Amino acid sequence: MRPIGVPMESRFYRHLTAAFSRVTYMIEVLLIAILSLVAQLVLPWWSLAIVSFLVCFWRSEKAGQAFFYGFYGIAVVWLIYALLIHFRTDGIFTGRMSELLFKMNSKVLPGLVTAILGGLVGGLSGLSGFYIKQATGKQIINHRT
Amino acid sequence: MHYTKAILVSVSTVALIWALNRPWGSIPAFGPLLSPFVGFWQNAETINTADEDVILKGTEAPVTVIFDDLAIPHVFAQNDHDAYFAQGYLTARDRLWQMEFQTHVAAGRLAELVGERALPLDKFNREIGMVYGAEQAEKAMLSDPNSKLIAEAYTAGVNAWISNLSPANYPIEYKLLGYTPEPWTTLKCALLLKAMTSTLASGADDLQMSNVRRVFGAAVTNDLFPDYPDHEDPIIPPGTKWEFKPLNIPDSADSLPINEPLALNWPARDPAIGSNNWAVGAQKSATGYPILANDPHLTLSLPSIWYQIQLVSPTMNACGTSLPGSPGVIIGFNKDIAWGVTNVGADVLDFYKIRFRDASKQEYLHGGKWKPVHRRLEVIKVKGKPDIIDTVYYTHHGPIVNQAGQRGFRANIPSGYAARWIAHEPTNELRAYYLLNRAKNYDDYVAALAYYGAPAQNFVFADVNKDIAISPNGKYPLKWREQGKYLLDGTNPAHDWQGWIPPAQNPRVKNPPRGFVSSANQFSTDPTYPYYINWQFAPAERGMRINQRLTAMPRVTVDSMRQLQNDLYNLRAATTLPALLPALKASELKGEYAKALNTLTIWTYQNDTSSIGATIFTEWNRQLMDAIWKDEFDRGDTLLTRLPSFDRTMQLIQRDSTSHWLDNVNTPAHESLSDVLIQSFRTSCDTLAKKHGPIGPAWAWGKHKATSIRHLVPGLDAFSALNVQMGGGAGIVNATTERTGPSWRMVVELGPQPKAYGVYPGGQSGNPGSPYYQDMIETWRMGKLNELLFLQSAQDKNPRIKRRMILK
Repeated sequence: MRPIGVPMESRFYRHLTAAFSRVTYMIEVLLIAILSLVAQLVLPWWSLAIVSFLVCFWRSEKAGQAFFYGFYGIAVVWLIYALLIHFRTDGIFTGRMSELLFKMNSKVLPGLVTAILGGLVGGLSGLSGFYIKQATGKQIINHRT
Repeated sequence: MHYTKAILVSVSTVALIWALNRPWGSIPAFGPLLSPFVGFWQNAETINTADEDVILKGTEAPVTVIFDDLAIPHVFAQNDHDAYFAQGYLTARDRLWQMEFQTHVAAGRLAELVGERALPLDKFNREIGMVYGAEQAEKAMLSDPNSKLIAEAYTAGVNAWISNLSPANYPIEYKLLGYTPEPWTTLKCALLLKAMTSTLASGADDLQMSNVRRVFGAAVTNDLFPDYPDHEDPIIPPGTKWEFKPLNIPDSADSLPINEPLALNWPARDPAIGSNNWAVGAQKSATGYPILANDPHLTLSLPSIWYQIQLVSPTMNACGTSLPGSPGVIIGFNKDIAWGVTNVGADVLDFYKIRFRDASKQEYLHGGKWKPVHRRLEVIKVKGKPDIIDTVYYTHHGPIVNQAGQRGFRANIPSGYAARWIAHEPTNELRAYYLLNRAKNYDDYVAALAYYGAPAQNFVFADVNKDIAISPNGKYPLKWREQGKYLLDGTNPAHDWQGWIPPAQNPRVKNPPRGFVSSANQFSTDPTYPYYINWQFAPAERGMRINQRLTAMPRVTVDSMRQLQNDLYNLRAATTLPALLPALKASELKGEYAKALNTLTIWTYQNDTSSIGATIFTEWNRQLMDAIWKDEFDRGDTLLTRLPSFDRTMQLIQRDSTSHWLDNVNTPAHESLSDVLIQSFRTSCDTLAKKHGPIGPAWAWGKHKATSIRHLVPGLDAFSALNVQMGGGAGIVNATTERTGPSWRMVVELGPQPKAYGVYPGGQSGNPGSPYYQDMIETWRMGKLNELLFLQSAQDKNPRIKRRMILK
């Protein structure tokens, strides 16, 4: 699928295909992000794990990839939401919570830790999704042979 | 291989989620805490200026709430029920965690939230009968139609807020401690008032005094612990006539002699918890109308102790400050009157030695008869542990505190002592406040006060009719002189409380000739008052300073009252240093000691933040007391005693400077007054040098004192205001100490249109994530006041009005 008028060997085309493959890559991340966001609006916080698990169970090909999907899908949502609140409230609570949780007054740390923690849970859930898919998938193949 | 990985990874994922979803000891559940959807992020707030309509079940007609620039609500309701409903709703909205936590603590339910480590405190509160007292108060509250109406409407308002609350919107403390709010009840309103009684009227040193008498004998005890101080300026000006025929005072009975040494470490009264109030009459005021001022001193805490509010209904327009958990305005004003309170410090907690018939504790001896003991089972829930059942034994005196063999909180109360405490009486303080909020004149004020029980308060009063008054008011037991100064005999009916002082005979003065009334927790009256209230009160210095200033001021204004509230003059230093310093042989002090002495000599007695003299004097005061008395009086934990007062000590120094008490009995040498002064001065300097280094700016009073306003949960420094640079101190009119101080300051100028000013060290919101959490601290620290917006109708225009909320 070559865009009309773009020479096949141009550097531009190479960049474009790379970007496209990244977009297809991004679909899972985006899916996890959107679905987990919706889930967390009504369900407990750990519903994000189920979303990440299911998406990766459905479509992931490699372990690292599955972890990546889950990690970024969740981390992005947690980070953006946290930043949104942080800036909307002039960071009034971020410093105090940083002092409480990490014993240092940092405006960055709470957001960072929030994103990493969410990402970690999302990533591990994604990874679980992939491995269980792999394990059950293999079982099905075994049955057929 | 695939299975192993799948299981391993899945199980660790689930384990991680499980671990993050629960608290570990005092470490909160990090998953829900950090989630931006439900965690602490959700508690961050911004200044809200948008009007809103809130649909609620429970109001009878729409209520308009106007918020000013400090987020103080001004409630306009069409009936009383709705006014108090709105107060409950709004207070819960800003202070839910605080009001619930305080009542949990009062009810002895802290272990339920934080586990075993709170058990001693819970047992203490159960055994002193906090819940029992609250139940009595609740009955009284619900038996009067007006107090029933306001307590129930307030409760419904709180619950209206709770029922619309989702976990994401729980106050942050619930998220940190891992529990959820429960419905509010009228009992909790009563518990809150009992908590105030516990703070202000539960100190006791009956056992210490009994031990002193046992060791030193009655003559020495009477000499060193007199029933009226050397220097005093009582609240009711001496010479005021008692215009009533007193009841017969019960005959004195010998107090219980103690044969066995007893260890009882009941918390003594905290002298730093006091207050100031005064009212200046029309003839002394620049406006021709009275001006009233009040600043109650408590342990400063966050969320703030007070919650400002204006309540308007067809029967009232009251403005001022309230206690989260209690309906009505506690300190404030309306169109006609203003009022304020300070603590009286009456002796309303006594201990009776009980003789049980046998170890089963089913009967006790009283008046030659065996009487039944009632048992009350206190079930204490403990987080993560099975419930604990504490049996509390009740006699007609009251509950037995600290039972045999059980080690209690801060305490080791002798087996079989019953506590007779005013907090167990069915009094109805809400009714008093209901009437006071609506009072129009002096007679209304007097009528309201008759319903007030505990903790006894000095109610100061001023009105637009130019009357001023003050009354150390509360429900006082009718006692013989010194009854309860020492432990009492529970078997002897002559030791019982013998009834009550009639409310109409409580000390009171109206429009005294001197043109002002005032109180600062000193003696209520001089010894001519026919009844016995207590043998000791707070030291006299604060009251004397206030009275000196008010006497000297000709044309009083709101601003001169504000300045008096911030007065830093150390009257104790000013009256005692001129006597102490000449007795100190200055030539014996060299180097750093000489420098310190010089600093003290040139000090102007101002306890301001930069003063080093204030630091040295305060430490020396303490060391001098220890040096004179501890050699005889400190008997360790085995026999708790207490030291004589500073007033008595100064009397000794000035009029009996060769007294044997000055000698240190633990040394072979014979110490003179000069020796004691020099030694204690050196010790003071050494102590300060050890803490702050060589004498210099590090010794400054503000840095040394380092006032802190701490969050109610110990250790939550991040939610506290630490090292607030503020002058003042114990015994100073600006009574800001390390942890205590003016929890609210108010000045009201009466007149055709009253003008009021106030501030407290905190903010309207209890949420550390709100811009209104501690926005008033700086104003308070600077000694300034905010004008209190006193709106007359919901249509009033004012630039400070920020938004409206309609509750319907």
